[in-house]
Amino acid sequence: MLLKKLSEAAGVSGFENHIRNVIREELKGYVDEIKTDALGNLITYKKGKKNYPIVMLCAHMDEVGLMITSIDKDGFLKFKTVGGIDDRILVSKVVEIGETRCNGVIGAKAIHLQEAEERKKALKSKDLFIDIGAKSREDAEKKVKIGDYAWFKSSFELFGYNFCKGKALDDRAGCGVLIEILKNINNILPIYGVFTVQEEVGLRGSAVAAYSINPDLAIVIEATTANDVAEVEEHQQVTTINKGPALSVMDMTYLANKLIIKDIIKTAESRNIDIQFKRSTLGGTDAGRIQLTKEGIPSVIISIPCRYIHTPSSIISLKDYNNTIKLVECYINKIQKEGLPI
Amino acid sequence: MKQLIKKLTETYGPSGNEHNIRKKIKEEIQDYVDELRVDNLGNLIAVKKGNGKKIMVAAHMDEVGLIVTSIDEKGFLRFSKVGGVSEFYLLGQRVIFENGIIATLGTEKLESMKELKMDKMFIDIGAKDKKEAEQMISIGDQACYYREFSDLNKRIIAKALDDRIGCCVLIQTIKDIGQSSNNEIYFVFTVQEEVGLRGAKTSAFSINPDIGIAVDVTATGDTPKAKTMAVELGKGPAIKIKDNSILCHPKVRNHLIQTAEKNNIPYQLEVLEFGGTDSGAISVTKEGIPSGVISIPCRYIHTPSEMIDYDDVLNATKLLTEALISFE
Repeated sequence: MLLKKLSEAAGVSGFENHIRNVIREELKGYVDEIKTDALGNLITYKKGKKNYPIVMLCAHMDEVGLMITSIDKDGFLKFKTVGGIDDRILVSKVVEIGETRCNGVIGAKAIHLQEAEERKKALKSKDLFIDIGAKSREDAEKKVKIGDYAWFKSSFELFGYNFCKGKALDDRAGCGVLIEILKNINNILPIYGVFTVQEEVGLRGSAVAAYSINPDLAIVIEATTANDVAEVEEHQQVTTINKGPALSVMDMTYLANKLIIKDIIKTAESRNIDIQFKRSTLGGTDAGRIQLTKEGIPSVIISIPCRYIHTPSSIISLKDYNNTIKLVECYINKIQKEGLPI
Repeated sequence: MKQLIKKLTETYGPSGNEHNIRKKIKEEIQDYVDELRVDNLGNLIAVKKGNGKKIMVAAHMDEVGLIVTSIDEKGFLRFSKVGGVSEFYLLGQRVIFENGIIATLGTEKLESMKELKMDKMFIDIGAKDKKEAEQMISIGDQACYYREFSDLNKRIIAKALDDRIGCCVLIQTIKDIGQSSNNEIYFVFTVQEEVGLRGAKTSAFSINPDIGIAVDVTATGDTPKAKTMAVELGKGPAIKIKDNSILCHPKVRNHLIQTAEKNNIPYQLEVLEFGGTDSGAISVTKEGIPSGVISIPCRYIHTPSEMIDYDDVLNATKLLTEALISFE
């Protein structure tokens, strides 16, 4: 299954070569051009006719993770987080490290040894370490170097009614959507499928990719927070799982173009695809950087709702995933027929 | 000029929704410029042609506001802020949407004012339920303060003086300068300044000027127990030294100071310890663009009742006009 392959591939920000290879292999034969730029973005191109608007589809390949910062004399590894990770989810998680994919466990002082005050506080990443079963620093150094990346080891699984669980669904689910579209679409307009790097550390890859492509429209496919759990009120849920792809009207880096939003709503209505709005204006996506590239590039974000985002066990619904593919395909077809609304 | 200030400040235009205000500005200037265009993000770019320096002058059209994020069963709207809006300014306010719908702000029951957070508040458009509300408003619609312009003779109170007053200074300068400058001047009415200097970034990229000047409001230190700041209402336009977005280029700064002194225009120097302006974005565009700022001192910024001094506006216009003519 494509999503399983994408979710389980390694690719912390700045270390995207594994996931990039997976995507490149997947798309061989389906696109006209495929290249990697200086920052590591994978840029694929499906030719189209002249005088049609150039569309850039974009999803980021990178995931949040850890970086090894030192190795102590007993062979334990200290680390820093890369991208937005909640320190409280780290303890006891299994990770893989570096090119050798060496296994490790994130360890902490046992509960028996903690003072009463210590037990009340959540452990910070600086209080934690990774145990790779090494006897000593020298032993550890055979497998791990300072600067190596680590990522959650978590198998992708289907469960419940149409749900799936895995690491890095932000934004491998978006990569999956892009791949499916690039494989299937019978396009007249030129399409760039861009898999960006370093989104989680500051929307970096998209800025340079958009600069070189300079498209007429960018569609960013993301995974976004679904906080539809426990007793959270609807207006604080951000998005709700199984209620369809989410449109963003604003976030910290972005304001939507109303005409494009209206156009997409119309597309969804005419094809009976359920959509929802993202009900929070926090966070940022590649669209924020793309829309401010060069003289300004109209950009839109379509997101798959994702519970427990940035953890080893993020959850999406396959219904939302498939509807996102359908919505983007239908919208591209609409542009082919009717042009851009702006 | 007061009629123009009234007209522009009472117009709707939060970030990303600059259609109405752009239309009004366009009407004001179209007979006075050589070229007029709107770019991808919505910036209005007006050109006065010339053979000299390429100068970009920016004032932002957008104002702070609120954006609807969800509509509940009973027809109340939840919202987020657009730009720097404080919960405390919002209590009891009326706001207006682009389609003219007027609404008020309410809050859930609070034990203390410390609990007053955006997600405890809601917009009441007087709808009886979700269905009726959805016929009036869509998610993503934005509202701005609903307030009248008040003329206190020497001083003016209005919403959105940040930065419609800058727009007014640009418009008046376009009219005053006539054919007296040899420079090629790009008057840019920018979008989305309040959410991150965005319009200035893309417009500066396309224009690629030799010099950038922004006209915007700045804070003052002249009210009871204010944060210490050596800027006062009525002491003339402020020539910016720095804020959090820019260290103004000495060439531009000194040119503004010399122009003020030569023409006996009162001015003050401004060191702002927070905030940013379009010049910040312009200055780091492409290979770097020497940039400066003329600021209009303004009290109670981002509230529905911002206050400025009318003489400062007249003097800012004079300073900008003279500076543009004399830049070589």
